[in-house]
Amino acid sequence: MAYEEPITDYDEIVENCTCAFCGCNCDDLDYLVKDGHVVGVRHACRLGASKIMEDMDQRLIVPMVRDDNGELKEVDWDTALDKAAEYIANSIRPVMYGWSETSTECMKEGLALGEYIGAVLDNQATICHGPSLQAVQNAGYPIQTLGEVQNRADVCVYSGSNAMNSHPRHLARYSVFCRGFFRSRGRFDRTVVTMDPKFTDTAKMSDKWIGFEQNGDYGFYNAIRAVLKGKELSQDVISGIPKEDIYELVEEMKNAEFGVLFFGLGLTHTLSKQRNIDIAIKMVQDLNKFSKWGLTPMRGHFNVNGFNIFMAFETGFPFGVDFARGYARYVLGETNTIDLLTRGEPDVFLVIAADPGAHFPNKANQHLAKIPVIQIDIHWGPSTELADVVLPGSFIGVECGGTSYRMDGVLIFMKKAIDKPETCRDDEWIVRELKERVMKLRKEPNVAPEYIPNPAAQ
Amino acid sequence: MEYILKNGIVYDPANKVNGEKKDVMFKDGKIVEKVSSDAKVLDVTDKIVMPAGVDPHSHVAGPKLVVGRLYRPEDSRKGVTQKTNLLRGESGFSIPSCPTTGYRYSRLGYGTVVEAAMPPLEAKHTHDEIATIPNIDIPALPLFGNNWFVLEFAREGKIDELAAFISAWLKISKGYGVKIVNPCGSEAWGWGMNVHGINDKAPYFDVTSKEVIRALAKANEKLGLPHSIHIHPNDLGHPGNVPTTLETFESVKDIDKNAAVRNQNLHCCHLQFHSYSGNSWKDASSGAEEVAKYVNKADNITCDVGQVTFDETTTMTADAPMEYDLFKLSGLKWVNKDIECETAAGIIPIIYSPKSPVNTLQWAIGLELFLHIDDPWKVCLTTDHPNAGPFIRYPRIISWLMSNERRMEMIDNEVHKWVHSRTTLPTLDREYDFYDIATITRAAPAKIHGFSDRGELTPGYNADIAVYDINPNDIDPSKEHELIEKKFGLTDYTIKDGEILVKDKEIVKVKESSTIWTNVKGYEEEEKAVIEGIMPFFNQYYSIKWENYPVHDHYLSNPIRVDVEASK
Ligand code: SF4
Ligand SMILES: [Zn+2]
Repeated sequence: MAYEEPITDYDEIVENCTCAFCGCNCDDLDYLVKDGHVVGVRHACRLGASKIMEDMDQRLIVPMVRDDNGELKEVDWDTALDKAAEYIANSIRPVMYGWSETSTECMKEGLALGEYIGAVLDNQATICHGPSLQAVQNAGYPIQTLGEVQNRADVCVYSGSNAMNSHPRHLARYSVFCRGFFRSRGRFDRTVVTMDPKFTDTAKMSDKWIGFEQNGDYGFYNAIRAVLKGKELSQDVISGIPKEDIYELVEEMKNAEFGVLFFGLGLTHTLSKQRNIDIAIKMVQDLNKFSKWGLTPMRGHFNVNGFNIFMAFETGFPFGVDFARGYARYVLGETNTIDLLTRGEPDVFLVIAADPGAHFPNKANQHLAKIPVIQIDIHWGPSTELADVVLPGSFIGVECGGTSYRMDGVLIFMKKAIDKPETCRDDEWIVRELKERVMKLRKEPNVAPEYIPNPAAQ
Repeated sequence: MEYILKNGIVYDPANKVNGEKKDVMFKDGKIVEKVSSDAKVLDVTDKIVMPAGVDPHSHVAGPKLVVGRLYRPEDSRKGVTQKTNLLRGESGFSIPSCPTTGYRYSRLGYGTVVEAAMPPLEAKHTHDEIATIPNIDIPALPLFGNNWFVLEFAREGKIDELAAFISAWLKISKGYGVKIVNPCGSEAWGWGMNVHGINDKAPYFDVTSKEVIRALAKANEKLGLPHSIHIHPNDLGHPGNVPTTLETFESVKDIDKNAAVRNQNLHCCHLQFHSYSGNSWKDASSGAEEVAKYVNKADNITCDVGQVTFDETTTMTADAPMEYDLFKLSGLKWVNKDIECETAAGIIPIIYSPKSPVNTLQWAIGLELFLHIDDPWKVCLTTDHPNAGPFIRYPRIISWLMSNERRMEMIDNEVHKWVHSRTTLPTLDREYDFYDIATITRAAPAKIHGFSDRGELTPGYNADIAVYDINPNDIDPSKEHELIEKKFGLTDYTIKDGEILVKDKEIVKVKESSTIWTNVKGYEEEEKAVIEGIMPFFNQYYSIKWENYPVHDHYLSNPIRVDVEASK
């Protein structure tokens, strides 16, 4: 990395801001502000700093509506909101997707709208850690807060996660390099193991790299479980790993005082999907017979966990919740965005703080091209090309305050540091406006005429 | 607005009103002595009128709850209902969603529910959920029993500093009182261990559970908090835990209580789980009689029961090592959640079956406690929701308490035969009357928590009132237990702060909830000094910045602040 001159030319410092990038939700950032812009960021990693500093890059500034010629045209807020509200009010199968990069305060407005019209609400979990949530529902969830890792962990395992690149401060701030109460020498007091077919940057700085074969994760964890249960391994090599190495690793894991398994999309998205996570959870549960172990999914967006938590306490289900029948339905494979789109069901799609244009499979995007798409976001992206109405939001944690939940479930309030561009609006305001306008256009909510108790809960 | 509830039959134990035909009047949200002739008349002739219910110990909001909801869609599906113009869709049986929780308590005639376990680090989250639960007021008890600062103060015997710490942390977390769960045990769980008995030490911190309990009790009384320490003792659910429970009670005997509003200096929650005799599940038996005998003699102890209801439910507690023990027994999906420097938690689904000897024993012990403890002011109705059963089962428990006939029917035909060989339940024919029921569900829990604005129909108190469609002179609860259960399950009126929320068995209004927190005055300097002393540690070993730690007003739903003048 080239030497960079420290920034000295700024008007004020705003301390303890929260980074709106990855699921580490680092809340120790200092923003150097000049003329109402963040010109420097202290403590953040490069990912976080560049997102914050380049806030004006490709920025969506004014509301737009696609005209009859298929061109996005700048319009005033009323026109854009009315158009979007009209699409939603006239829809019969609306889907409201995204939410992982906005505040739970905004989600609250969205949920109220979704319940009113009978929409589906879903977030990026549907394409990232959905299998993890499925596994959690099947096997359980032994976790801990990140400070617990900092203070106690002597063995940290990263599986299918190249944290050094995806969550650059994770090791420094929470797990490996930091000094902890019972780990006063930081890195020297900890053993770091990376389990990944690739020799990643995280593997490079680990004490041990287990490079099992591609798609060998399930077999590998299965072997560990067998050894933990006192069984002999009959094959000499399992998933590309010699059995001696597995015996040795199991001994190390059993002897940990406090071990943690961090896992990423490399584990959730290989061949066995949720079954990988399932067996990893069960392995951690087995390990607790010998010592103390926990795990944590390396959630990507800073509020992807927040949506799952928020939806669970509001509705009882974490994502892919369908209100079309007036009650909350959650059926994996049926009420999730990708499934709905590939079946061609939705007739309006609202996307907030997410980029399906870049991340969805082709077939899903083909359907999106056929239906009205409303985009709420701060940056231009592939989804803007699909959008029929574009509503420019504001940047949580920089231009507007709000609530997020870190990867370990700890609530972090992300405060406001500077003003948003004059023509933009806060996400929460935009969604509330949409809700109110839809309610005016469609007077009858999607409800039962009277309350009918559910005998199963009596 | 003025109202008069006319011709009801009133049970208001705090005012010694026992089934009198009487009008109850309220105006602008408060109970009043009289109203003008303009008052709106609500005819409740020959129906039971009580203060709204007060649940002294329940788990309804916070990080454990949400993980329960998130990982048990099979539970959430059980209770779904369609949205109406007024109500949002419901979900859940043992762990209902937040809105559902409020609706269901409201239908039962409850007005106040104490959230019994709030980790201070997760206090913002807890309040975020509280604000989402409508129709009931929810004070929350922050967890202190395994907090590292508390362990240090207790070891050093620094009671003044500990009092200042509690005072500060109640403000920071917007908490109501001092909760202790498996003291030292949940810290030991940080290393996969537990403590046994109250003289075991937390690893590293070199302090015993007994020292922690005593220090917290002393600090609690020093501050004169409205509620006493609220303890879930060590060894929950272990056969042979009676001595631990009694030693826990005994350990605070010499500590004078310092609050006029309450009688006790120790409230023991879900005492049923702490009243097991024997050495293992093989020879386990009920210790309820022995424990009740102690409670009967002691003036300083109160309890709630944690009655098992024979349902499939979800256990969740800060007693994380106990949850792992349960996992080893049942193998069902296990959740653990350790929280830095403060506490831990565990969750696991459970199916209580009347066919099971152990579950029968647990069921019987709960009822024995109700029946052996003479003074209903010392015992409250809880299921430790959702641990021993969901709160929607309260009416069923009431029907059991009021009917020996029903209990005998279950003993003879429905539950395991251990009930005969291992418990005294078949020999107990005591039956609660409506006055007793009003005591254990309203008056006692309100007094134990030191509330001075609810739990009674005293002029000046909140107009929190429940009306049940029962004519006490025209029903035989001994025989008509099904009717009792049905009628206590859905009110004719639930009135909260003078607003009619349930009318004729339908929710007609949804209102925002309040949280209640304790603001100690007179310790400002000491609090500052303690926080300053803690700051270097906090900055180094907590994973969030101090600025992000306290609960700001943003997260508080209509807070009710209880001011306490600390006596030094
Ligand atoms: S690690 Fe993640 S949250 Fe922290 S500064 Fe980097 S991108 Fe932001
Ligand atoms: Zn409890």
